[in-house]
Amino acid sequence: MEKYIFFGLSGLAIFSAIMVLVSNKPIHNLLYLILCFMAIAGHYLLLNAQFLAVVHIIVYAGAIMVLFLFTLMMLNLNLKLELNKSLMARIVAFVSGLLLLVTLVIILNGLVIPTPKTATTQIGMTRDLGQVLFSEYMVPFEAASILFLSAMVGAVMMVNKNK
Amino acid sequence: MSLTNRTKVVSNKRMSFLERLYLPAIFKGMVITMKHVFMKKVTIKYPEKTREFSEIYRGRHVLKRDDEGRERCTACGLCALACPAEAITMVAAERQPGEENLYREEKYAKVYEINMLRCIYCGLCESACPKEAIFLTKNIVDSEYGRAQFIYGKDKLVEPVEKDKRIDVSKRQTPEVLAFKKLPNERHNI
Amino acid sequence: MIVFLIFKTVLIAIILGLSLLIAMYATLVERKFAGFIQDRYGPDRAGIWGILQPVCDGAKLFFKEEYMPNTADKALYILGPSLTMLVALLTSAVIPWGGNIAIGGNNFSLQVASSSIDILYIFAITSMGVYGIMIGGWASNNKFALLGAVRASSQMISYELAMGLSIASVIMMSGTLSLSEIVHQQESMWNIAYQPLAFIIFFTCALAETNRAPFDLPECEGELVGGYHTEYSSMKLGFYLFSEYINMFISSAVISTLFFGGYHMPFINDLGLSQNVVTLLGTAFLFVKIFFFILLFMWVRWTLPRFRYDQLMKLGWTMLLPLALLNLVITGIVMLLV
Repeated sequence: MEKYIFFGLSGLAIFSAIMVLVSNKPIHNLLYLILCFMAIAGHYLLLNAQFLAVVHIIVYAGAIMVLFLFTLMMLNLNLKLELNKSLMARIVAFVSGLLLLVTLVIILNGLVIPTPKTATTQIGMTRDLGQVLFSEYMVPFEAASILFLSAMVGAVMMVNKNK
Repeated sequence: MSLTNRTKVVSNKRMSFLERLYLPAIFKGMVITMKHVFMKKVTIKYPEKTREFSEIYRGRHVLKRDDEGRERCTACGLCALACPAEAITMVAAERQPGEENLYREEKYAKVYEINMLRCIYCGLCESACPKEAIFLTKNIVDSEYGRAQFIYGKDKLVEPVEKDKRIDVSKRQTPEVLAFKKLPNERHNI
Repeated sequence: MIVFLIFKTVLIAIILGLSLLIAMYATLVERKFAGFIQDRYGPDRAGIWGILQPVCDGAKLFFKEEYMPNTADKALYILGPSLTMLVALLTSAVIPWGGNIAIGGNNFSLQVASSSIDILYIFAITSMGVYGIMIGGWASNNKFALLGAVRASSQMISYELAMGLSIASVIMMSGTLSLSEIVHQQESMWNIAYQPLAFIIFFTCALAETNRAPFDLPECEGELVGGYHTEYSSMKLGFYLFSEYINMFISSAVISTLFFGGYHMPFINDLGLSQNVVTLLGTAFLFVKIFFFILLFMWVRWTLPRFRYDQLMKLGWTMLLPLALLNLVITGIVMLLV
């Protein structure tokens, strides 16, 4: 059962990832990316990492992608803009893409892909994650939270300044 | 110097903390709306109940006949002259021998048209009429599908001959009205 | 196992039906209530008290012409309302509608899916809610719709923050993300007593998240025609309008669960009734609370005028967000001291 769900989610993730590249409407790309995130969140759930799955959806699909969609709507990008790239840019893009492919092939060559299995650990549960975060990784966690808080205060200040 | 005592001086003063919270004001507003929920409703449920009309309501016009069933209108044109909206037009004709039972006066209106879309139902035609021929009634102008249908001719304006189908306008002919009509300095009485 | 599956399926069907029914009649109640506030009667022609009005409205929407602008993005145009409806219905899965009910020796919880991340799940789903509106508004290829969509997205992102922070203080207090656990902890005292500020912030944000007046800028009939659903007709429009009412129902349920003791009824345990009766009474009590909050949503809508856009942003970022942060800090300090 879980095996089939895994393959279904993986298929969805790969399909949507490819569609992000292939589809030529920016909004469609973005929506496929969101679909990809959803599939990955499904994978997290399979790994018994509920907290991670939900936070993944809230942060990436729910907040960051909304901002992307927001800007895309405002810019109103269309196809013609994309096609006007110079020949030089295209050659550079092609070469760098090829290099990435070669690197990936070299790395993945000879790698044994383990059979998918669902984790039985409880580390992904909210309580365990919280305990680890607030004991072992206390300092970096607090530092990150202060960073976010200052960013938030900064945003509020900017709103106030624009009066 | 103000005309009424309802003027209010608007000030742009800084709001106090409580006012800036807005919540007290919001609660006040909500109490007001809740009060209205229990108030008497102003709606009149139309098909079952109709709005009460004033006895001297000014609705669609009628061209009266006299007691013998003859049309009173003599096509003098005073109503058309009095009409501020210029809604009335008429064509006069001479009464032929043998038509004495149809028209009271020697001259009558062959065509008498009121454009009900132009009419403002002021009743000036009624007070201008020297022959007590045109009156406004409590009836309402029906809705139609085209503008042309709102031009009412004599077929719609003149009341039926039959005694029991006559339209009662006695409420608009109070003694005061009749006395007013006899005033010497009114134009139509000269 | 089979009994469990059957029970859950039936429960899902009941909740789905109930949400649709309540959303349907919420439209009638809304119109009636608006009428009463404005010294009118509201719809009263279809059946006694206008009881058939929602049915008539639904039938009308079904039989209306399906119109699609020819410059619209066809797939996304259809995806928009479907997504909105889907997201609106998804949230009800984690709300505990009642305690445990015993059928044939088995004890079943009246919660479709109980997990340890209920509240986060609700947040994840509501954060998805904005996509339906954005996609629909963008796909219509209409400037009013686009403006509505842009407003909706910025509004929902802004208010989600304050909403999350206000809930964080409740979560801190109860120490769990599970809704049924939170309901259990409120047996002696409702959370509203400890967190009145969080409740006010949450309620305000709920108004904004469901796009209800005074935060209905995404539709804003005065300036944007119909906002994001300007180009929609027939049942697609129906989906948008309907999901607003479902959202209202669900957020009322969340509010009652988080702040007003959920299905827990005071003094019910002293009456000595059997477990099933207690559960059903509790569920009924929860629905009473929910109806109260739906009415409160409507009451606010027909009392307050719409915010101006800059006022909306200012309220969200400079009032609610700092207040929620402050509330969080105070809660932390009090918890440390007590």
